[in-house]
Amino acid sequence: MTATPIQLTGHEAIQQKGWLKTHKWLILRRLSQLSILGLFLIGPLFGVWIIKGNMNSSLLLETIPLTDPYILLQTLFTGYWPETTALTGALIVFSFYFLVGGRSYCSWVCPINIVTDFSMWIRNKLNIKSTFSLSRNTRYWILAMTLIVAAFTGSLVWEFVNPVSMVNRALVFGMGFAWVMILMVFLLDTFVSRRAWCGHLCPVGAFYSLLGKFSLLRVNAVAVDKCNSCMECYTVCPEQKVITPVLQSTGRVTSLINDVNCTNCGRCVDICATEVFRFDLRFNEVEKQVVMQKKFQSNLNNQPHKKEVLS
Amino acid sequence: MSKPSTQELGLQSRRRFLTSIARSVSVVGIMGLGLGLYSKQSQSLPATALRPPGVSDESDFQSACIRCGLCVRDCPYDMLKLAQPGDNVPLGTPWFEARKAACEMCEDIPCVKACPTGALDPELTNIDDARMGLAVLIDQENCIAFKGLRCEVCYNVCPVRGKAITLDRRHNQRTGKHALIIPTVHSDACTGCGKCEAACVVEEATIKVLPQHLAQGKMGDFYRLGWVEKQKAGGSLVTPDLQHNYTLPPGQSYDYEGVGLIQQESKNTPPFGNSALDTLNRGFK
Repeated sequence: MTATPIQLTGHEAIQQKGWLKTHKWLILRRLSQLSILGLFLIGPLFGVWIIKGNMNSSLLLETIPLTDPYILLQTLFTGYWPETTALTGALIVFSFYFLVGGRSYCSWVCPINIVTDFSMWIRNKLNIKSTFSLSRNTRYWILAMTLIVAAFTGSLVWEFVNPVSMVNRALVFGMGFAWVMILMVFLLDTFVSRRAWCGHLCPVGAFYSLLGKFSLLRVNAVAVDKCNSCMECYTVCPEQKVITPVLQSTGRVTSLINDVNCTNCGRCVDICATEVFRFDLRFNEVEKQVVMQKKFQSNLNNQPHKKEVLS
Repeated sequence: MSKPSTQELGLQSRRRFLTSIARSVSVVGIMGLGLGLYSKQSQSLPATALRPPGVSDESDFQSACIRCGLCVRDCPYDMLKLAQPGDNVPLGTPWFEARKAACEMCEDIPCVKACPTGALDPELTNIDDARMGLAVLIDQENCIAFKGLRCEVCYNVCPVRGKAITLDRRHNQRTGKHALIIPTVHSDACTGCGKCEAACVVEEATIKVLPQHLAQGKMGDFYRLGWVEKQKAGGSLVTPDLQHNYTLPPGQSYDYEGVGLIQQESKNTPPFGNSALDTLNRGFK
């Protein structure tokens, strides 16, 4: 028996498609995250005000208000009815994520994602295994808790500790001790529990996941016939539960990743050497078509006279 | 050992399910309670931290402010700050320190206009109506006006000059012959902009802008000011408003409008001198 050489995740994809194509969506995501931060920063740094404010609420091109609907929801829970500007801004952001998938916010916008992805990278490099794990539903309990506490105290309590808004604000308005919060999330994700923050605890992500229930944009495992069950997509997926319904080895029931917690990060699209996945619209579910085609094919095979006719 | 029935298995899994839910709820509940307690502490504002114009109640403000910093960005003088972790001000909320940089009281109030939620009240359209705090001449021992120096810097930098701070003259008891010119703050006109505190010439400002609830006392509703009530009623409410008549020696009268006792020139000389002292001292000389 010959030992199979251990291959790093993505090795095969890099050989097949090249490094750039294997990291395409990852690079685009980082560019998106950094350029959003950059847009917020060129105002205070160079006086170019494309966007003003921070991710809680901002003003785009001095006209379009953008407000984080989760923050505004907390405000509503404190019993305060905000002015129309904030409500309009929240509606705009809400509609956007309603269409592209709520948790796209997590992988394409949120600055904490860079930190937790870095944690994951270190875990892989150092082969850190920690057994402690939380329920992925904890975040929904925390989401409920933040709203209840806001209602009881009449204050945006979660904003005292929220690392997501804190980091963005720190980078745009001045750091203070916000680096402590970044370090805490980093240590938690690196050494305590795998994908603890984004995948288990963060109520911002939990809120946005609910928002993405009817998202138009989905990852579609279209070319499942090419799947060789290498499970690399499963390994890289930050929300592994979402990918199992489309894989053959875990019992495929659909071609679309329909779970609200899919962050549309595209790592599965990148990592797959045989290019099974692609970004798609939610209407393009191919599974049923494939099944029908297969049935048609098998019908053809079972009917010799037609086969003769065809040949 | 007999196999557990399906019913028993069902009970077990239900039990597990309920326990796991109870655990999640408890852990998150503990977090929530802790967070609630922590928030009570972190909602408090140090006395030197002032809010931008248009904040009337601190706890209302904390529920309405979404920590976006648009007011900070639109402040043309860059004197507003967004609280960072470690500032001891509720995280992410706008504030300023009068001694470092005071509010310039822009007429168009851009910070209020920038606020998307109305945490800075959009009904504030006249900056003179802003109440960011109240100036208090907090240290009379070190204010050089009380030493007899004519400083008056706070009076002169005040944007509501002559109304929010007036100069009141007092007798200088130390020299016995000079005046003290004392700056006096009036709460009906002071906006709490902090210009006076920023400009105070001594090492540590002796006039400070404090949040109104710290700066102002309250008399209590049961007090009635007799003279005000009298004016309102158009006459005395307690006793008939009769003018008191002094029994005065001939040649003297009393002015009730403030002049007091009036000695009239008399043609015939009194039995003893004009002065009461002469009467008391008669026979000694």
